[in-house]
Amino acid sequence: MLALEGFDLSWRQRLEPLLAAGRAAGASLVEVFLESADHIGLLAEQDRITSVSPAFGRGAGVRVFRGERDGFVSTNDLSERGLLVALEQALGMLGLTISSSSLSGFDGLPELHDHALAKGDWLGACPTLAESTDRLLEGTALLDRHGQHLQARRGSYARDWQEVMVAASDGTFARDIRLHQSVGLTALAADGDHRASQGRRYGSSDRPDDLRQWDAQAAAIDLCASTQAMLHADYVEAGTYPVVLANRFGGVIFHEACGHLLETTQVERGTTPFADRIEAPIAHSAVTAIDEGLSDGAFGSLSMDDEGMVPQRTVLIENGVLKRFLSDRAGELRTGHPRTGSGRRQSHAFAAASRMRNTYIAAGPHTPEQLIESVDRGLYCKSMGGGSVGPTGQFNFAVEEGYLIENGRLGKPVKGATLIGEAKEVMPRLSMCANDLELAAGFCGSVSGSIFVTVGQPHIKVDAITVGGR
Amino acid sequence: MGTSTAMATLGLDAHSLSEQLGSLAQGLGIERWDLGAACSTDTSVQVDRGEAKQLKGAQRSAITVRVWNGDGLVGITSTSDLSPAGLARALSGARDASAYGNADDIPAFSPLATAPLEPLDQPLVEPRGILELLDTLREAERELLSRHAAITTVPYNGLAQRSSERLYLNSAGACREQKLTTASLYLYARSEEEGRKPRSSGAVRLAYGLQQLDVAGCIAEAAERTIAHLDYAPIQTGHYTCIFSPEAFLDLIGAFSSLFNARAVLDGVSLSDREALGSTLAVPFLSIHDNGLHPGNVGASNFDGEGTPVRRLALVEGGVLRHFLHSEATARAFGVEPTGHAGLGAKVSVGPHWFEVGPSAGSSGGASGLDRHSADGVVWIDSLSALHAGVKASQGSFSLPFDGWLIRNGEARSIEAATVAGDIRAVLKGLLGFEGEAKLTPDGLCPHVWVEGLSVTGDA
Repeated sequence: MLALEGFDLSWRQRLEPLLAAGRAAGASLVEVFLESADHIGLLAEQDRITSVSPAFGRGAGVRVFRGERDGFVSTNDLSERGLLVALEQALGMLGLTISSSSLSGFDGLPELHDHALAKGDWLGACPTLAESTDRLLEGTALLDRHGQHLQARRGSYARDWQEVMVAASDGTFARDIRLHQSVGLTALAADGDHRASQGRRYGSSDRPDDLRQWDAQAAAIDLCASTQAMLHADYVEAGTYPVVLANRFGGVIFHEACGHLLETTQVERGTTPFADRIEAPIAHSAVTAIDEGLSDGAFGSLSMDDEGMVPQRTVLIENGVLKRFLSDRAGELRTGHPRTGSGRRQSHAFAAASRMRNTYIAAGPHTPEQLIESVDRGLYCKSMGGGSVGPTGQFNFAVEEGYLIENGRLGKPVKGATLIGEAKEVMPRLSMCANDLELAAGFCGSVSGSIFVTVGQPHIKVDAITVGGR
Repeated sequence: MGTSTAMATLGLDAHSLSEQLGSLAQGLGIERWDLGAACSTDTSVQVDRGEAKQLKGAQRSAITVRVWNGDGLVGITSTSDLSPAGLARALSGARDASAYGNADDIPAFSPLATAPLEPLDQPLVEPRGILELLDTLREAERELLSRHAAITTVPYNGLAQRSSERLYLNSAGACREQKLTTASLYLYARSEEEGRKPRSSGAVRLAYGLQQLDVAGCIAEAAERTIAHLDYAPIQTGHYTCIFSPEAFLDLIGAFSSLFNARAVLDGVSLSDREALGSTLAVPFLSIHDNGLHPGNVGASNFDGEGTPVRRLALVEGGVLRHFLHSEATARAFGVEPTGHAGLGAKVSVGPHWFEVGPSAGSSGGASGLDRHSADGVVWIDSLSALHAGVKASQGSFSLPFDGWLIRNGEARSIEAATVAGDIRAVLKGLLGFEGEAKLTPDGLCPHVWVEGLSVTGDA
């Protein structure tokens, strides 16, 4: 395919007049986010490649602040005229118009902070289409080899390459290249009236070679074992139980149920119960939770956020005490919580908002076995599915692979379980953390679109939680 | 641009696009191609306690090009770059991708891509200035806050308008075009009372333009729903007869629409199989149609992603599965005509448009005299949540949180927090009947639906 045009230093001459014009019109801050994206998605079903879907695009998001208010316009038109029109429209939303005044209060952009310097060859270093399709077909063939009663086998792969440039009238001028790859396997097993479907997804950032390194054999064996275990499982009985949640993707509950409540977008809306709880206990003392954008190769890691800021390691909760909120530019402006390098967006079509990156509960002192042994009758959630959090903080999450715990030992597999609760009530009941922290890749959809994130935790125990079932 | 001026609309020129694509394709040795293109201009506002929270505008364009190579295999590429360079890159990308086309399932042009279309009565409404949107939403928020002392904020709100154009073209001369304007409003209020948990509920309205939008109705419904959940109590876990609101039942049917989806059937991920047509799926008084052309379907299209005309299709009649939803390729595999439910992709997706659920012709709609206002020990499900996570479409099971009421001796009291779980096949065969007239909703037409014996997990 023909190459995409990137963003080089010649953009300085096009961006500076825009920023100056916006400031001269009366904006307190003007930000331009440029994006060039190249995506490929592949799907293998049974032993065939059934979809190869390349996509590419370019665009810009222009955001203008006037005090705490802001206007945002996105466009696919990156011509000088197109960007000027977008700026005019964003200014117009705030009652501002471009004037002929030369008094802009803007001193020009500083030297480019270029995070992309060593990343120029990443796209070319990724697996070719032939390599990628071969690896996926290897995955579905391994499912066939290791699975039983499989009615449908699927493998999917996505490679997202993105070049961004951020320029703002406060002197931000930065460029980055991002690379995300994810590969997943799903299987549907059927035996008479019994059906079970399971999936696994792996993801990384900034590692062009990652699909080549993917352990398809281990992924297929793990998935087939899980599907087999759940195929003839009985439905779980509804009730309130102690629950042990496995490490890795079990962290999705903390992400959804608590993490979102620690974003300044929620403080602005008045929808978090933790808004005035800084330095107050909000969780059991066993809980320390962190959000960072720094872990090498993790799906939610960044060299800079989508507002040009280098991400930090942010301790959200320390020994049960709330320490910090995740904040972006608008969040700092409107709530006073300092920026944490958490301004993120799906693409140029969204204004950045405070969002999570790699979010996890820190490891504790126990072994996973000690957590299970501490439960007389409860539920072990080995694999979690998706979930949601309502506007008043109630959450629910599907348990994809669950087992009863009886007298401190794992019992029979059970299906149909849903964990239900509220972060404010559940966090103080999270009483034990094991020593086996692991991270898992995921996607998070929220106010600024769908973004790459990592969730994680060690095995954890919640003393009591409502389990929906039959 | 003045502050009260609406954003300019981008335009798609079908003739010019067709000529450009044709010429570029010829240069690349591509004889057969088709494309779907769309562009839109959006403006939207959100408010927070009387203040503008965010004002947004967007100009979007997107094109998907599909080409057939010399071996007859298909490749696609999508792009937002409609410049000549962008189109050339898309074509060359599609040609490269076609080397990996699926020889077992090769899409073709729809045989109906030039068939006459049903006309749609869709007025094109001039967009309003964003500051008018802002004033309208501010006033709506103020009015909603004034409806009850416990309604403290409207944290989720938005007023948006869109002007859009859509095209389907192919190298055999098909040319479909649609222009559309829409406006939407959502208001989700949060209520708080001393010593009680916060509650939230809301309403949505769609129309062809701001002037047509039922703002007063949206405020009234959001207020009524929020107030109706103020007095709540936990519910005992157990099995209950449940009454689904029209919105909730349509959500459930939509989540399990793979039952009717020929693509899912062929892929082995539907609960239905090829032989299921003509079999009993539900109680004999249930009928389900897909009717994207219904006048209540704001934003309807009269052609699908492959240019096939959209039409009303019986899915279930008299409880019997009658038809599947089809693309060109699935229709060919089943030996029938495409039904107008296709997307456009390397693997063409199939999906429903807008459901009509109700009693079958000549039936009374199940048990008579069903009335939730005089019921006892019955759960009334107002809205379902988390369908993306709580529905196992390929297994038939669901476990979903809901907002609703427990009715005792005709008195409804809001349920604090609960989930409802079951199996869609058991639900369709366990319908007790319909209550009242069908209600028009954004997703379809449906009355209240009574269902026997579902598992409800509560906090009591």
